Amino acid sequence: MYRLGKNRLAVLGLAVLGVLVVLALATPWIAPYANDAQDLKLGASAPSAQHWFGTDTLGRDLFTRILYGGQISLLVGFAATAVSLLIGVLYGAMAGFIGGRTDSVMMRIVDILYTLPFTIFVIVLMVFFGRNIILLFAAIGAVQWLTMARIVRGQVLTLKHSEFIEAAAVMGFSKRRIILRHIIPNILGPVIVYTTLTIPSVMLIEAFLSFLGLGVQAPMSSWGVLIKEGADCMEEYWWMLVFPSLALSITLFALNFLGDGLRDALDPRAAKD
Amino acid sequence: MTRLIVRRLCEAVPVLFVIVTLVFFMVRLAPGGPFDTERKVSPEVLANLQAYYGLDQPLHVQYVRYLGQLLRGDLGPSFKNAGYSVNELIGLGIPVSLELGLYALIIALIIGITSGVIAALNQNTAHDYAPMVLSMAGICIPNFVIGPVLALIFSLWLGWLPVAGWEGPASKVLPSVTLGVAYAAYVSRLTRGGMLEVLSQDFIRTARAKGMSEARMVLRHALKGGLQPVISFLGPAAAGLLSGAFVVETIFQIPGLGRLFIQSAFNRDYTMIMGTVLFYAALILLFNLVVDVVQSRIDPRLRER
Repeated sequence: MYRLGKNRLAVLGLAVLGVLVVLALATPWIAPYANDAQDLKLGASAPSAQHWFGTDTLGRDLFTRILYGGQISLLVGFAATAVSLLIGVLYGAMAGFIGGRTDSVMMRIVDILYTLPFTIFVIVLMVFFGRNIILLFAAIGAVQWLTMARIVRGQVLTLKHSEFIEAAAVMGFSKRRIILRHIIPNILGPVIVYTTLTIPSVMLIEAFLSFLGLGVQAPMSSWGVLIKEGADCMEEYWWMLVFPSLALSITLFALNFLGDGLRDALDPRAAKD
Repeated sequence: MTRLIVRRLCEAVPVLFVIVTLVFFMVRLAPGGPFDTERKVSPEVLANLQAYYGLDQPLHVQYVRYLGQLLRGDLGPSFKNAGYSVNELIGLGIPVSLELGLYALIIALIIGITSGVIAALNQNTAHDYAPMVLSMAGICIPNFVIGPVLALIFSLWLGWLPVAGWEGPASKVLPSVTLGVAYAAYVSRLTRGGMLEVLSQDFIRTARAKGMSEARMVLRHALKGGLQPVISFLGPAAAGLLSGAFVVETIFQIPGLGRLFIQSAFNRDYTMIMGTVLFYAALILLFNLVVDVVQSRIDPRLRER
């Protein structure tokens, strides 16, 4: 933690992320306008004192929409990452513990899955099975677990043969105790690092799908949806493209800097390069 | 080497088979069909259409028939673009998409390798931090933001380049840059990491001690090892360029394979989806194989596996 504290960019990332999460949680109370409150007479208007980020073509306050969109974007980011974390850790730990033939078959499957065009599967899945948000979590999570499985398996394999684990076994500790007290705390580091780095890539996939019209559907909106709307009418209303894009990019920046910082802090060897 | 290639090609067959099967049933079992979207067709016309395309048959019959077609290299007729076969449509889209991908890759490699080498040679100075912060920006700002913003600036405000289309060199600049930027960022970081590792090794010190010029040392000795991570990244990068092309081709209205795939997915054009998915999968498998072969040529240590 101390090492993380010295990395200013990572601390900044953590602070930004904290602010974003608080904003997302407090959205219903702090949003200046009701979600989707229209003002058709006003229409699209440039940023002003009443509407900080301007309004869209239906006269909806863009700042409010970005707050509500952020809720969904962050929710997808965290939920889909949780799905991938669950699958990846279970799969990787199983392969690592069982070892032998089972392990090599399981990892061969991961290798093969790596080579598949997953984005295409997610697109086909989203088009054909309605575009609901639960499916979105599942589809993205199902794509993102491969690297996690590899990392966890590698860690488990190294740990299994390390001396302190053997010592614990010799001292007669139960398997359960060894797993809970010795193995899990030791694989936690890389898992946390990779989880932090998965969240931004998951949010990117969500935004990508929403941009193509395949992700989050009305009445819900996300930053991807807002960027899409902004791109469609950027000629007249630049603010509709600029502000949602900034929101998404800043979030991705914060998460990536935090992830890099965590990696450097937890793995001093990598930090030297 | 030959064994590696043969083994991989043998592995590719079951993988492609699984993909075909998976997508086939996924697409057919989903609600909605290719002929129930726009205008209402009378039941008789619908029945005729379905009979014409063999959709009235039980699912397993359709499946076997489709596999038979595939073995003959025929991807079937497109349901939505009447009169065109899927083979023809893919054939029309490929050159455009390959050209776009190639330009993007060239941009990514030139910018990425140059900036990565500069960063590694000047580790922990301003010449290191600047490229690395920029590359973080390239990774964090998605291409569907970069594309519209570039179009806004260079087409609408400055009027230098066309907003959309794929005719003439000027129209190809923005799409290629949009697609290439993110990969330039990754390549830059990988090059920096790889170069730093190589530069700390003994043979580089020897080269420097002999009085070899810095430029010659980099080009003759360091790059070969330093680019190793970049080469292994090319496989995933090719896959990424393909899916990136979905967005870029949609933004700039380019008649490539990516836009074709998105359209056919929205239209539920069964054969078209199957054809493009299969084509993409085969392309990615092939590219990964090429990358592995190149890698084991450069680094003899990898040949054992």
